[in-house]
Amino acid sequence: MEITESLAKSFGLNPEEYDKVLSIMGRLPTLTELGIFSVMWSEHCSYKSSKIWLKNLPTTAPWVIHGPGENAGVIDIGDGLAAIFKMESHNHPSFIEPYQGAATGVGGILRDVFTMGARPIANLNALRFGDPKLPVTKRIVDGVVRGIGGYGNCVGVPTVGGETNFHPAYNGNPLVNAMTVGIAAKDKIFLSAAAGIGNPVVYVGSKTGRDGIHGATMASAEFDETSAEKRPTVQVGDPFTEKLLVEACLELMATDAIVAIQDMGAAGLTSSSVEMAGKGNVGIELNLDAVPQRETGMTAYEMMLSESQERMLMVIKPERAEMARNIFEKWDLDYAIIGHITDTGRIIVKHLGVTEADIPLAPLADDAPLYHRPVEYLPKPAPLGEVQDPIGILPALEKLLACPDLASKRWIFDQYDSTVGGQTVKRPATADAAIVKLEGTAKALALTTDCTPRYCAADPEAGAVQAVAEAWRNLTATGARPLAVTDNMNFGNPEKPLVMGQFAAAITGMAAACRALDFPVVSGNVSLYNETDGRAILPTPAIGAVGVLQNAAQAVGLALQPGHHLILIGETAGHLGQSLWLREILGREDGSPPTVNLNVERQNGDFVRAEILAGHVAACHDLSDGGLLVAIAEMALAGHTGVTLTLPAETGAKTWFGEDQSRYLLAVPDPKTLLSRAQSAGIPAAHIGHATDDNHLTLPDGAAIFLPTLQAAHEGFFPNWFA
Amino acid sequence: MKTGILIFPGINRERDMAIAIRASFGAEPQMIWHKETALPALDLVIIPGGFSFGDYLRCGAMAAQSPIMAAVKAHAASGGYILGVCNGFQILTEAGLLPGALLRNAGLRFLSMDTRLTVERTDTAFTSHYQQGQTIRAPMAHGDGNFFAEPKTLAYLEGENLIAFRYADANRNGSANNIAGIFSKNLRILGLMPHPEDLVDPLMGGTDGKRLFDSLAAA
Repeated sequence: MEITESLAKSFGLNPEEYDKVLSIMGRLPTLTELGIFSVMWSEHCSYKSSKIWLKNLPTTAPWVIHGPGENAGVIDIGDGLAAIFKMESHNHPSFIEPYQGAATGVGGILRDVFTMGARPIANLNALRFGDPKLPVTKRIVDGVVRGIGGYGNCVGVPTVGGETNFHPAYNGNPLVNAMTVGIAAKDKIFLSAAAGIGNPVVYVGSKTGRDGIHGATMASAEFDETSAEKRPTVQVGDPFTEKLLVEACLELMATDAIVAIQDMGAAGLTSSSVEMAGKGNVGIELNLDAVPQRETGMTAYEMMLSESQERMLMVIKPERAEMARNIFEKWDLDYAIIGHITDTGRIIVKHLGVTEADIPLAPLADDAPLYHRPVEYLPKPAPLGEVQDPIGILPALEKLLACPDLASKRWIFDQYDSTVGGQTVKRPATADAAIVKLEGTAKALALTTDCTPRYCAADPEAGAVQAVAEAWRNLTATGARPLAVTDNMNFGNPEKPLVMGQFAAAITGMAAACRALDFPVVSGNVSLYNETDGRAILPTPAIGAVGVLQNAAQAVGLALQPGHHLILIGETAGHLGQSLWLREILGREDGSPPTVNLNVERQNGDFVRAEILAGHVAACHDLSDGGLLVAIAEMALAGHTGVTLTLPAETGAKTWFGEDQSRYLLAVPDPKTLLSRAQSAGIPAAHIGHATDDNHLTLPDGAAIFLPTLQAAHEGFFPNWFA
Repeated sequence: MKTGILIFPGINRERDMAIAIRASFGAEPQMIWHKETALPALDLVIIPGGFSFGDYLRCGAMAAQSPIMAAVKAHAASGGYILGVCNGFQILTEAGLLPGALLRNAGLRFLSMDTRLTVERTDTAFTSHYQQGQTIRAPMAHGDGNFFAEPKTLAYLEGENLIAFRYADANRNGSANNIAGIFSKNLRILGLMPHPEDLVDPLMGGTDGKRLFDSLAAA
C-alpha cells in the first residue's frame, strides 16, 4: 500500500500531523509505522485537545498514592490497603453494537484496575440514552444492560451502582461509562514503566485477531449515517477468559516476577508497548512471529492495531519466566515471550524477518500533537421567571416518580449480580451510595456515580460543580468520608469552539468543587466527538467517587421505618430552573441550574456525616432530581412506610420540587436533640414530618396519596417498556 | 466437618462459600483445583456458583467432565455430603448426581434479586436448623435456573419427598413445581439455585442462609 497524505488522513491524521510524522521519521513511514502514529496521536490515546485543561484539576492529597497517569488512580484507605479505581467510556462501540460495546467497556475497565494488582470488588455504570419513544433507544438499552450483565456477572464482580438518564440529545450517541473499584495491599501496587535491559516482554491472555483494528481512531471521530459500517471495529468480549486472566495475574502478582504490567486496551499492542517503554525511558523490540494469533496471515499492521480483548503485556524478571509460564498454563491462557527491553529508546517491530517499524519513542510521545483549541462560551442563561403549576402537587409527584429519569431502575439492576463476593452491604437503590465491605476488615467503601447533564448544558461550570457536589453528598449520606474522584468527560467535537468552551468551563467547575471538598481527581477518561450528524450530546462530566467507612455497620440506607421523624437539612429557596418538574410537568428545559455554595455544601455534609457516625440517624437521603417531595417519597417507598408531613407551610411547586442544593433528609428517632445540635452548629434544620402506619404520603394540608399507587407509578416504566 | 470447595475455571462464588463455611464451621475449607484426580479426606464437597468454562457449551456440561469429577462421584457413592449451589447445582445435574436439568430462565434474562424459599423438609443434614414449612430469604443470581425434569422424574422427586426448597412467592425463572433445590435419594447431596452463602451476616441483610451451614456443622 502506498503511503500518502490521503492514506494518513483516512487514518485520522491531519496534514500537519502527517508532516510531523515525516519529520520524525526522516523518510516515508511504513504502513505499520503510520498505523502506530495514527493511534498514538488519536484523541483517544493522546488527549491532544483536553490535556491543557485537565492539568487544572486538583490531583493530590495526603491519601493519594497514584493520581492520573497510571492505569487507574490509587488511594490509601488505611490498614495497609489501597483502593484502585477508574471510570472509562465505551460510548461509540455501544452505539454501533450495544451488547459487545458495553461488555467490552466493562472488560476494559476491569483490566485497568487489576493490572495494578487489585482484586476488583465492585462495578458501577453511568448510562445515558436517547428518547425512550424511539425504537432504537429500546434496542440500545436492552443490549447495553445485557452486555454489562453478561460480562460483569460472569467475571464475578458485583455490579452495585450507577445511574441512568434519558434525553433526546443522546439519540445517536448513548454514553456507557463503566467504573471498576479494586483493593490491593498498598505496598503491592504494580505500575507500567518498563525496566531492565534485556528483560523479556511477555504477552498473556487471549489470542490476537483482526477485531477492533483502529477502534481508537473510531472513538475519535463523529458519527454519520455510515457508522453502522464500522461494526467490524467493535471488539468481542470473552468474560470467561477475563476471569482466568484476573486469577492468573493475581497469582503471579503474589510473587516477585513482574517488573511492569499494562493491559492491552485501546490501540492494543501498540499503546501498551509504547507506553511501557516510554514511561521507563527504555526501548522495546517486539518479534510478532511469537504473538499468539487467532487468524492466519495476519500482518504486522493488523497485529499492532488489533484491539482483541483480554490481553496483557508484562515485563518480567528472566529468572521467573518459567514459573510465570506455569501459572498461565495452569489457567489455560496463552503465554508468549514476544520481545525484550532495549536501551535504544526506540520501538522496533519485526515480523517474518522484516523490520516493520522502527520509531524513536521520545518524539512519538513528546511531539504528539497538543492543541489549544479555540473556546467560546455561551452567556449564562437567564434565571427562570415565575411559572404556573398546571396540575397540583400530588399529581405532579406521581408523574415525576414515573418519568424515565426518576423511575425505579430495578429492571436494570435486577439483571446484574450485585451480591457475588458476599460483601455487598447496601445493594442498588437501598442507599445513596453502594456500600461494599472489605473482606477480612471492618471497613467498607461507599461508591457512586453522578452527573446532571441538563444542568451542564445550561451552565457547564455550575453543572460540573453540582456533579462533584452531588457525588460527595451521596457518599456523605451513607456516613462515608468522601476520598477521591474519577472523571469521565463526555463531550462533542472539540474542534467546535462552543464544545471546547463547555469542556473548559466544566473543568473549571470541577476543579473548584474538588478543591473545596478535598476531593482530588485521581483517574479519568475523556471521550470527545460524541456527535451524530453534527449534533452534540449534552456535556456530561460523569463523576465516579469513592469514600470510606471505618466500620461498615455504621452505613445507613434511605428506607424510612416506623418510628422515624424526618429532618430536612439545608435551605429551600425553591429553585425550579432546569428542574425535572419544569421538564416533566411544563415540558420546558430552561432557566439557570441551581448553584452550589461549596462552603454550605461542606458544612451541611460534615454535620450530617457526624450525626450518622454518632448513631443518631436511622436513614438518610440527599435531595437531588425532583427535590424535596420526590426524596420523601423515595424514602417512604424504600421502607414501605407511610409518612405524614407537617411542614413546610408553603405549598407551591417551588417548595416541593425545587432543586436547591446541599440538602439532606434524615430519618431519626429523636428529632429534638438533633435539631438542637443542628442549631448549635449553625446548620439549617427543620422537623417536617414523621413515619406512619397508614400507607399514605400525606401533605401538611391533608392531601394524601396511597403509597402503592406511587409504587406502581415508580416501578412501572421499565417493565411496561419491555413488556 | 472437613470441607473442600471445588474450583473450576470460571467459578466465582468460592470466596463467598469460604466465608460461610468459616462462620458456621469455625474451620478453613480446602480449595481443590478441578484438574486434581483425587480428593483429600473430606466430609463435605462444595461446588460453588459461577460460570465454569464460561457456560459456553451448556451450563455445567464441561465441568462435569473435569478430572476431579470421578473422585466426586466416588465420594457420593460412599455416602459423602455434597452441596452444589447455582452453577454447582447445574454441574451436579450434568454429572448425573442429581436428576433434572436447569434451562434458561423463562423470561430469557439474568435474574438477580432476593427470593423467598419454602423449606420442604428439616430431617436432613442440610436443613435441620430450619423449621418445617418456614419461609427463608436467599439471593438468587442466574440466567439458567429454570428447573426441568420429565414428568416421571418429577413424580419421583415429589413421591420420594426429595424437594429441598421451593420458590415461595414468585417463580421467576419458570421452574417446574416451583423447585429451587433438590436432594439425592440418600439426602446426602443437595443442589439449589439461590445462594444461602450470601446471606450469612446481618451486615449483608440477614442470616437466613447461615442456618443451612449451621445444620451441616451439626451433622
